Amino acid sequence: MIKIQNLSKAFGRQKVLDDVTLECKAGQCIALIGPNGSGKTTLIKTILGMVIPDAGEVIFNGKNIAHDWEYRRDIGYMPQIGRYPENMTIGQVISMMKDIRRQAEANLDTDLIKLFDIPSISEKRMRTLSGGTRQKVSACLALMFNSKVLILDEPTAGLDPVSTEIFKHKILKEKEKNKLIIITSHVLSELNDLVSEVIYMQDGKPAFYKSLKEIRQETGEEQLSKAIARIITRQTHAISESL
Amino acid sequence: MNKLIKYVLSDILRSRVVLAYTVILVVLTFSVFSIEDNASKGILSMLNIILFIVPLVSLIFSTIYFYNSTEFIELLVSQPIRRSQIWISLFSGLSGALLAAYLIGAGIPVLIYAFSMSGLVLILCGCLLTMTFVSLAVWASVRIRDKARGIGTAIMLWLFFALLFDAIVLFVLFQFSDYPIDTAMTAMAAINPIDLSRILILLQIDVSAMMGYTGAVFRETFGSTPGFVLALLLMVLWIVVPAVFSARYFKKKDL
Repeated sequence: MIKIQNLSKAFGRQKVLDDVTLECKAGQCIALIGPNGSGKTTLIKTILGMVIPDAGEVIFNGKNIAHDWEYRRDIGYMPQIGRYPENMTIGQVISMMKDIRRQAEANLDTDLIKLFDIPSISEKRMRTLSGGTRQKVSACLALMFNSKVLILDEPTAGLDPVSTEIFKHKILKEKEKNKLIIITSHVLSELNDLVSEVIYMQDGKPAFYKSLKEIRQETGEEQLSKAIARIITRQTHAISESL
Repeated sequence: MNKLIKYVLSDILRSRVVLAYTVILVVLTFSVFSIEDNASKGILSMLNIILFIVPLVSLIFSTIYFYNSTEFIELLVSQPIRRSQIWISLFSGLSGALLAAYLIGAGIPVLIYAFSMSGLVLILCGCLLTMTFVSLAVWASVRIRDKARGIGTAIMLWLFFALLFDAIVLFVLFQFSDYPIDTAMTAMAAINPIDLSRILILLQIDVSAMMGYTGAVFRETFGSTPGFVLALLLMVLWIVVPAVFSARYFKKKDL
């Protein structure tokens, strides 16, 4: 569904993406993990066309995304830090997005809006919202349009435990609809029962791209966080030994 | 066709700055015309006020608005919308709101008190100046990521066009006063949109006779219909060129 070929991007002298080649298919739920500054968010923003790559291309459903914009109809994006026009109310933001995406009311997925009880706070202005409430709005907007691809950048950061559970449950439901879901997170324990594949980014490159099954077999660990830790320490050992 | 303009406009109007700008223009125009009994003189006083205020407000307001809508722009680029459409909505929303403010605040009073060729040229020049400085402001704020530097640049641009440029022209004038520089001076004046509008309006109110030889040269260059058209074209160029540059940069900007 999404093919990334030899993607490179530098901000000034700093190389953020270094010759990334990946392929993601429908039905996968991919955890995009890695240390801070390893290029996760930049990779996501490149897929969305928010960042223009220096080299390489992104193919979405067989079409190059450069100069294209229609493909974004199929993407629901939840940003790491949801930034909205500060003096609009929640209700106005939601109806504006509906207006922009022009999707029939019947095709809208309003589950999260109901579950997070957004209507009761829809009169609040965006500038008065806490980080967690902002995340809830972002989540609602990302999932509202029933997009075939969901890209979630740190979705649960700032959410309270109850909302996190509601959100995870919703993602699991979406996963069953044969969607492609890409999640970045630092809280690996949360991804445990969610993801089917793991991409580990390091220094702007995917260090490995494996299915959860493979990882569990290789490391003999059931918990994702422990398994990842084991793989990383093994890699650094290999590097120090080769030195 | 373009729903975004609606949101941009409602956002601009909510800030009330444009409303205050309209009120200030109304108060200024009415007071100027009620002090001066001669409509021509009124236009002359209006000219100085408008050449000062319109570029300043257009530049600063547009720059600040653009930086304040960074979040809005970020939200929009991740949605199925063309980048060029986002740019057009911002640009036309800004210039639409400021043009409306100018036409209501200064245009209508001028039409009431001084309905003449000079009055019409004054209104036209004000509109062109509004567009020019919105265009420059959008270019500056698209290019410069840092808000403080962007607003600083906008203020510098205004200082340059409104004050420094004239100082440079005067300096050149005195340094080379022994040489025949009248055509060079005309060309120099034509570079600055504010000077250009000043000349166009002054020529309409026939005070150019008081400007001596320079006035005669200006009259000869811009007084004729082709000269007038040329001057208008130059001003349109001042709108189009920065707009095209900023739109092109905006399309490949990282957000």
